Parts: sequence; structure tokens; C-alpha cells
Amino acid sequence: MWTHSAGNPGELAVHKKIIDDFNGSQSTYKVVQQNFPQGSYNDAVTTAAAARKLPCLLDVDGPAMPNWAWSGYLKPLGLPRSLTDSLLPTAVGRYKGKVYSAGYWDAALAVFARKSVLVKNNIRIPTAERPWSLAEFDAAVVRLKDSGYRTPLDLGAADKGEWWSYAYSPMLQSAGGDEIDRNGMKTAEGALNGPEAVAFFTWFQKAFTNGWATSNGPVGNQKFIDDKVALSYTGVWNAKDALEKVGPDLLILPPVDFGNGPKTGGGSWQWGISAGCGKTQSEGARAYLTFSFQDKYLTRFADNQVVIPATAGATAASKYFGPDGKLRPFAVLSQKFAVPRPATPAYPVISARFEKAAKDIMNGAGVKPALDAAVKAIDSDIKANKGYAH
Amino acid sequence: MAESPGAPPARTGTSEQQLRRRRRAWSYLALTGLAAFFLFPLVFMFISSLKPDGQLLSDIGSWRAFLPVGDISLDNYSAVFGRVPVGRFLLNSLLVTAAVVVLGLVVNSMAGFALSRLRWRGRGLVTGIVVATLIVPFETIAVPLVYWVAHLPIVFFQDGVPVWDIGWLDSYQVQIIPFVANAFSIFLFRQYFSTIPVSIDEAARIDGAGWFTIYRRIAVPLSGPAFATVAVLTFLPAWNQYLWPAMVVQDEKLRPVMVGMQYFFQDNPAWGEVMAYTSMITLPVLVVFLAFQRAFVSSVAASGVKG
Repeated sequence: MWTHSAGNPGELAVHKKIIDDFNGSQSTYKVVQQNFPQGSYNDAVTTAAAARKLPCLLDVDGPAMPNWAWSGYLKPLGLPRSLTDSLLPTAVGRYKGKVYSAGYWDAALAVFARKSVLVKNNIRIPTAERPWSLAEFDAAVVRLKDSGYRTPLDLGAADKGEWWSYAYSPMLQSAGGDEIDRNGMKTAEGALNGPEAVAFFTWFQKAFTNGWATSNGPVGNQKFIDDKVALSYTGVWNAKDALEKVGPDLLILPPVDFGNGPKTGGGSWQWGISAGCGKTQSEGARAYLTFSFQDKYLTRFADNQVVIPATAGATAASKYFGPDGKLRPFAVLSQKFAVPRPATPAYPVISARFEKAAKDIMNGAGVKPALDAAVKAIDSDIKANKGYAH
Repeated sequence: MAESPGAPPARTGTSEQQLRRRRRAWSYLALTGLAAFFLFPLVFMFISSLKPDGQLLSDIGSWRAFLPVGDISLDNYSAVFGRVPVGRFLLNSLLVTAAVVVLGLVVNSMAGFALSRLRWRGRGLVTGIVVATLIVPFETIAVPLVYWVAHLPIVFFQDGVPVWDIGWLDSYQVQIIPFVANAFSIFLFRQYFSTIPVSIDEAARIDGAGWFTIYRRIAVPLSGPAFATVAVLTFLPAWNQYLWPAMVVQDEKLRPVMVGMQYFFQDNPAWGEVMAYTSMITLPVLVVFLAFQRAFVSSVAASGVKG
């Protein structure tokens, strides 16, 4: 079994516990774990696939799964439907109508704020039922800037890579656009460069030119912790630290409604079975996965890693995400507003082109030309791969 | 000796000395400034390794980043040992790097000697081909090379019994063998050997020496700076290997230090630990450079090439 968890003691401890329990519970199969650092994991997998040396069980980043399935690295999971149906929809990876991956958890994005700051500036505290509209949000940011915050908003623009698609495509979807036309996933035309997308990215550019946000570092949530920004658009993985540093003054707010309801990213690391895994070993891999998806393990994983458990039972038992958990809002946001990234083998190209276009726009490029260029590149890739049809 | 009546020349001598002293002082000042400029990253790295993440990030942008102020401790160093098997990674890197350097010196110096001193048909063409390979980036051949090494035969011993298997992945030799022969090192040796007068070879041949004796007894002892330069230039990329081991090494026990760097880049990088880890893995590089620097500089000056 391969994981991307090297260097992450919290995750490794749970994997070890599950493996020890599984290996001890029967004598037919033995799971052996090998861990890779996240930054080099995809390189290791693609290389091993080329050399036909993939292990049976491996974890896969949710949005990358369709590409790996299309490339022939993975085969359908074949887990009982009752199991996959019990998981958050965004914790299950589907491609061409089949389940190829399933995960213990999901992540979600929210806006962090200090209650005292919003109250002092007479800004309404939004709820999942009544989130900020774009006009309200703009007015709040202006008021916070006037109150003395040099850049009141941290959008996380110092980060790079997959973060851009994960973080900003939900905003685009909330505005009515998308990274690709999900009807057939054959073109980005109209979705990524239509009037809704242009309107959203015009706002995105304005956030930087108006000095509301900056692309300067550091990556993470430190600017909010240091009270250098009033609002921080960030993920559940930063919540525990914020809770410890800010205390009861911390607010976890829903993402802004750009017109079509708030949206948050969905689909994180999940488990897959490699296509070259033999019949008996595949049965062993399925037996292990079925064993590992027990609520007690999912709760332990979620509380160790501070991520949202994938089942209702595990969520209820979680100290952070249960009914009285301080990070409960994340579970609610994930259940109500999560949108998976496009399940297409073209996604790596979509993500890279989305990042380039958004960064160009942030740095002052013309909005429509930047989006048109992204659409052209994405469509060319889909065409070059014959629509990723086979 | 009586002083000449002209006191002014003495004054001129003094003022020249003063001028020279002043110039030297200025040049020392400039060199000190330059040295400080180049030392800044190392100072920043080491000082930051002593600070917690929050303070480290807050100090960036001010002189505090270069000063051991605030909450100073060795906590990041102990955290590094909790996250990464740093001793094992250092040992692996030392082993792989030492093997690549030592084998590289032997193989490449022999190849350089053959191209420089031996007279054989096609020597110029082979030299040209060797030099031409310098323009091929490793990244372009990495994946085919993985496929190739994954299908190479290997013999190892299990309980004292030799076992025949296929595939070099997950081994030390896969990290060493592909990097022993190096076109740049061969070219550098060839150039250096070419500066040794041919008459020495001829005298040795008259005395009955064969080509290997000439290589071992004459060429090698006269080429210390070239060996030192190649050692340093081979050491650095071997120590810094990231892509190749990330692709071919799956077992944590065989990983080198640079792959270990990725262990710290989770959702939020642990910057203090990154700095502690880089301080630890930079130390061997600094030691090697300081040990070889005189020979390195002399060879760079003599051969006119640098990495």
C-alpha cells in the first residue's frame, strides 16, 4: 500500500493502527505500507506505472483520479455499494459511472474572521442560511480597510499549484461559471470565458488592484493569526491552529455568495486499486478497504488530521466536527455547498490553465483574453487526446 | 646610512604607504561586505532554524530575521528527528554521493586519459559525441531510463544463497551507476591531461611503462586540481539529487536527504523545521567545499571551466 503521508505523523499513526488491526484480524492477507512525501508522490506513481511496478493499494488525490483511471493505472474499486453510499458524495471518486476511489475524509473552505472585529465595524455576521452577498462582502471589505487593515483580506494567493483551482473555482461556480462545460466535459468554451466568468474574474482582479488582498506570503493563515488581515479565505486544515490562537473570538463563516449560492471545494485524497493488481490481491485490497472504513477509524483520522469525516457516524463521534464540535461549521459547509472538481482526465491541464489565467489576471492581464487563452489550451488538450474518449 | 637631504622623498614614501593601506582597507571593507552578502542566506537559514514558525514568518521583512532574538530554542531540530529519519537519509546520501564521486573520478579520468593521450581511430568523433551529450537534459531521458533500470538483472544474496532477479528499482546501485560516467567530467579531465607534456609519456614509454602505468604514475599525480574540481562538481549534484531518487526509490530506508525535504511540505510548510533540516544537510556540503576550495579555485583558474 502506497500513501502520500510521509512526514505526516498524525496520518501515519492512524494508517499504522488500521493496518495492525487488519493484519491481526485475519491471516489471509498482509498489508505492508510504503509512504512517500506528498510533493514527489505523483512522480513516483506515474514512474512506477510506466515500469509496471505499482502496488495494489494506493492513495490518489480526488481530482487526479479520472486521469489515472483513463491512463490505465486504476481499476474500479468494487466496494459494496452500501459502503460508498454511506460516504460524503465528494469523498467518492466516480469516472464513467464507476467508483474508482473512496476516501476517509473531505476538506472544505471557509472565511475566518474575528467576531469582535465584525461587531466593532458594524458588519453583519453571515450564516450558512444567509451568507454574504457579493455587494455585502465588498462593503464589508471596504469598511475593514477604512478601519485600518492595510490589506483586509487574505485570499491565499501566495500559494501555488492545485490550490488555485481548489480555492477559486468554487467562487467561479458561485458566480455562474465553471472550469469546463460539465455537460460532456468536451469544452471549456462558455464556462470559463462566458460573461459570468468574466464578471467573476473582473472582481477577482479588482480585489488586488483595490488593495483588498495581496499575493505576498506567507502561505497559510499566519496573517490572520497576527491580525494583519481581518478576513482569511482558507481551509479546514488551518482551523485548529486558528482556534487555539484566536479562541472563542474566531468565526468560521460560509464562502461568499457570488450569485448562485455559496460553494466550497470538495474531493480530497482517496483510495484506489491499481489496474495491474491480481485477482487474489484485489480481493485482499477490497477486504482491507472495507475493514478500514469503520467509523471509529474515520473519526480517529479526522480528529488527528482535523479534516471532515466522510460518514455521518464518524462525524457525530468527532470531537471537532460532531454536534458540539467547535469546527462543526466546516461539516455543514461541506455537506451543503461542496462541489467536486470536474471528473475528467483533462483535469490536470484544466487546473494548470486555470491557475495560469487567474494569476495573469491577478497581475493585471486583460480578463477576457486571459480566459480565452485558457479555454483554447484546455480545448486543444481535449482535442489532442480525442476527447479522452477511450 | 645617512639620510639624503631631500626629506620630501621620505614623505612621498609614507604617503604611498598610507595610500596603499587606505586602498587595502577599502578593499577589505568591500570584500567583507561581499562576504556578508553571500553569508546572509546561510545566516538566515541557521537563525530561522531556532525560531518557531509564527515568529519566523513575522520576522521576515526586518533585520530581526538575521538575529537570534525572541523565542530561541532547538525545538525545530528535535521536531525534525520526529518527522524524518534524518540520520538514515544522511547516511544514504553520504554513501551514494561518495560512491558516485569515487567511481566517477576513476571512470571519467580514465576516459579523459584515453581521449587525450591514446592515439586511436575515431578519437575525435567519440570526444565530439561525449561533448554533444552535454546538451541533453536529464529530465528528457529520466522516464525511459526508469523503464530500462526496472528491467535490468540483479543478483543478491538471501540467507547466503545467490538469488537472480529483475529490476534495479529500490536499491543503492540505481542511485549510483547511472551517474558514474559524466560527459563534463570526461571533458574536463581530457582538457587537463592535454596540458601535460607528451614528452613525459614518451620518456616513460622508453623506460617500458604501459599506458595504465603512465595514467596511474604520471597523469594522476600531476592532475590533483582536476581531480579536486571534478570531485566537487560531482559531489554537489550527487548530494542534491531529487528527481531521480523520487522516481526510483520507494523504500524509505534507501531515500537520500533531498527527497526528505518534501516531508516538511504538508498543507502548511513547517518552515522552522525546513530551516533546521536544511542547516543539517548543508553542513556536509560546506565541509567538502572548504576542504577542497584551494584545489578547486586553482583548477578553475588553470582550466578556465567552472560548474
